[in-house]
Amino acid sequence: MSSVAQKRSFGAAFWDWMTTVDHKKIGILYLIGGGFFFVLGGIEAMLIRIQLLQPNNDFVSAGLYNDLITMHGTTMIFLAAMPILFGFMNYIMPLQIGARDVAFPFINSLGFWMFFFGGLFLNISWFLGQVPDAGWTSYASLSIASPGHGIDFYAIGLQIAGGGTLMAGINFLVTIINMRAPGMTYMRMPLFTWTTFVASAMILFAFPPLTVGLFFLTFDRMFGANFFDHTMGGNTIIWEHIFWIFGHPEVYILILPAFGIFSEIFPIFSRKRLFGYPAMVFATVLIGFLGFMVWAHHMFTVGLGPTANAIFAVATMAIAVPTGVKIFNWLLTIWGGSIRVTTPMLYALGFIPSFVMGGVTGVMQGAAPLDYQLHDSYFIVAHFHYVIVGGVVLAILGGLHLYWPKMFGTMLNEALGKITFIFFFVGFHCTFLIQHWLGFWGMPRRVWTYMDGQGWNTANVISSVGALLMAIGVIVLVINIIMTVAKNERIGNDPWGDGRTLEWAIPSPPPFYNFTATPLVRGLDTVWIEKSEGNMTGLTPAEPITDIHMPNGSIIPFLMTFGLFVAGFGAMFHQETSWGLPVLIFGLAWTFVAMAARSLKDDLGFHVTKEQIQRDVDNASKGGRI
Amino acid sequence: MMKGLKKWRLLSLLAVLTVFLAGCGQQELSTLLPAGQVGKDQFKLLMLASGIMLLVIIVVVVIYVLALIRFGRKKRGEDFIPEQTEGSQKLELIWTIIPIILITILAVPTVYYTYKLGDVKAMEEVDDDGNAKHLVVDVTAKLYWWEFGYPDLGIVTAQELVVPTDEKVYFNLKAADVKHSFWIPAVGGKLDTNVENLNKFYLTFDQESKDLKDGVFYGKCAELCGPSHSLMDFKVKTLPRDDFNTWVKNMKATADKTEVANADGEEVFKSSCIGCHANSGVGDSGAQGPNLAAFGDRNRVAGFIEHDKEHLKEWIKNPQKLKPGNKMPSFEDQLSDQEIDDLAEYLLGLSVEQ
Repeated sequence: MSSVAQKRSFGAAFWDWMTTVDHKKIGILYLIGGGFFFVLGGIEAMLIRIQLLQPNNDFVSAGLYNDLITMHGTTMIFLAAMPILFGFMNYIMPLQIGARDVAFPFINSLGFWMFFFGGLFLNISWFLGQVPDAGWTSYASLSIASPGHGIDFYAIGLQIAGGGTLMAGINFLVTIINMRAPGMTYMRMPLFTWTTFVASAMILFAFPPLTVGLFFLTFDRMFGANFFDHTMGGNTIIWEHIFWIFGHPEVYILILPAFGIFSEIFPIFSRKRLFGYPAMVFATVLIGFLGFMVWAHHMFTVGLGPTANAIFAVATMAIAVPTGVKIFNWLLTIWGGSIRVTTPMLYALGFIPSFVMGGVTGVMQGAAPLDYQLHDSYFIVAHFHYVIVGGVVLAILGGLHLYWPKMFGTMLNEALGKITFIFFFVGFHCTFLIQHWLGFWGMPRRVWTYMDGQGWNTANVISSVGALLMAIGVIVLVINIIMTVAKNERIGNDPWGDGRTLEWAIPSPPPFYNFTATPLVRGLDTVWIEKSEGNMTGLTPAEPITDIHMPNGSIIPFLMTFGLFVAGFGAMFHQETSWGLPVLIFGLAWTFVAMAARSLKDDLGFHVTKEQIQRDVDNASKGGRI
Repeated sequence: MMKGLKKWRLLSLLAVLTVFLAGCGQQELSTLLPAGQVGKDQFKLLMLASGIMLLVIIVVVVIYVLALIRFGRKKRGEDFIPEQTEGSQKLELIWTIIPIILITILAVPTVYYTYKLGDVKAMEEVDDDGNAKHLVVDVTAKLYWWEFGYPDLGIVTAQELVVPTDEKVYFNLKAADVKHSFWIPAVGGKLDTNVENLNKFYLTFDQESKDLKDGVFYGKCAELCGPSHSLMDFKVKTLPRDDFNTWVKNMKATADKTEVANADGEEVFKSSCIGCHANSGVGDSGAQGPNLAAFGDRNRVAGFIEHDKEHLKEWIKNPQKLKPGNKMPSFEDQLSDQEIDDLAEYLLGLSVEQ
């Protein structure tokens, strides 16, 4: 371990990525893993839209269509949106609070590998031809009845990936609580750190219900338990409650970090501090809290009775208030600023009207009697895509352009970035706006095909064309990334020119120990304060340069997860094959051996000496790279 | 004066919205052209909600566009440093209070209609003779078809719900296998059919269906229930009360109907079909297959295929091809072409309306 740049063989580099515990590298791994699954989910979406291009289409079969919708939803939520956001959180959040790493680097790596292997496990179902087919919500009566191993892939794959998510959430929480630089009080934390904090707290409370639900489902299907079998005294509605007690907070787990990214973009490209910072923080916390109170609005039509429906309806509408506060604070952030329309800013500007439209349709569905008409219709499909794509995906794309220079030291091409935005944004509205009306006109969601003569044909064509435009946008983005990597033009610390938070004061990409000396934080938007007071480095050190303690890399997280992955197959096939049970035991034993190795072997990490750091600093001041 | 002006604005906004929203859609299917009190109430709520939400969108977009026009960097100069405003308590209070007011405006009718539409107390009411005061229909959702039982009338039908107009019709909803959801978009919002309990609600049908394009309203299954979820359609025929009474009388008469369109077909039916399908409308719900008593009057075969002899034969020959995953075996190899032909003729002759 040393910071000396050296040419390494492919094998060594590969080993380095497999064993890394550096939060920045893990962040990049999350981005690559999430990006891969995003493309996979996108291809599934395109197949769905091709199937719905015309009435009575038979491009895919009825069974395959249900596989596609299930995997599209599951992939996009669990394997694309959340991991990509984790990528940003992992990379940026520790930099924003002036930390050298996350609190538990080993667990961070474990979390990533669990997400990745869980996702792999889910998608291997395609090769076995037994794919989850009960929708991403996997409502119990249908998921219990589903033949083959599809739902088992869902339950076990998500269990593994969900474990990784829970670990990541706990890790971020502890990091933010414990590892802030001197002076970084809670009310000086950048909004992205705040949203990471609240989203992580939500993960802490939302994922255990999912774990329990998946556990029940697995046991019902594999071991003949009867949690959801109503003929044996079980209850399928319990699954709906458990799922949505997780599932509703989940959408806020996605949207809050997205809000965080936009709260970084608006001030940078308006050259103005975030308007109403305390209100933004309070709104974030309030949304996080209310997110847990409203799960039953997904179940207005289940038959909970008017009193439950009325209570959950009003509680749901209440979320509009803190969300509205956020929207207007963003508007007032750009109001009176000096707006520069870069690619990240374009995404942020595109986000406001898109997300407002998604938000207001959410309030409409909160009106329970109206939801009786809208629920499970295409209106819902339109609504949640307006929120998830118009909010989360735009944030991911904006954040990618914003943080790419910090992460890789090169700048994505602005012209291509804007082309991506235009295709994606136009395509997005073209795809989903019309779906509100499809819902009004009586089209239920998750339909494999539809009959001619119901007035839905043209609208579906428009929707499919929009999906194509979005796909073109993503392809342009991929080209942009390849070109940027190939050109490899290096850029400085603060490529956007108006960086306000700590990450913009250190080299791009930062050295593996992040800060040569822990920074002193003197207020909100630290770097902006330092710069406006004439300190052009943007940083005031809180202490002299000293030896830095860093953790060693480890292959054990990978091995531990691999054991779970193998055990998953064993569990799935244990009833019909003779090798199932031994494989299950072997996989779990493998994991336990790896855990024991971790526990028994003292790994004290290593120190980066202050001479080494001083050399890096001197080298950097001569224009070299750290 | 100010208040009057505001009201006028709101009204015109709602009027524009109505035109905008109701512009398209088909009468037998669209939630925007409601044909009953429940659907109308929901539509009113939709108008109110859309009005408020459109207002919010307009306000946001206006501020947004103004900001973009006024505060571009080109306009303000590359080196311009704006004032680093911390916030404004007054402004933030305004955009906290106004949404609360808007939401209260929406919440009050929401709660009112939630209770109004959830009120099924009248379901159990009986008159002095002990007869049910209101029509109650037992809906059972199965893979992938619908059974409609009329417990108080002693009849049962499937795939095509027949109801009287201008009165509340109460529904008991349940699912026999996996969860489904009962939805007649043009008449009123949906309710799930669960496997473990009975759900109850009511709908009102104000419009006779005979004037519609197909003479029926369209009904849908809204909850993913397997491969053929999208094909689990049903149809709703609404009749004036007198015609409904006649229909009920005729349905009751199907038990001892002697005249058939094709006697050979009846034989085939009795030897091959009757194990799952009844040809008499008298009875209870709970059959394995759809009740075929008034099959000739139906609008579609299997809920979605054109209702003619060719399509019916195709269906009997290979139902799995048309509706994957349904429970009906294929009869292609079990019956001769002649038998299928006779059977189809017999089934299409089962009518109570002629």
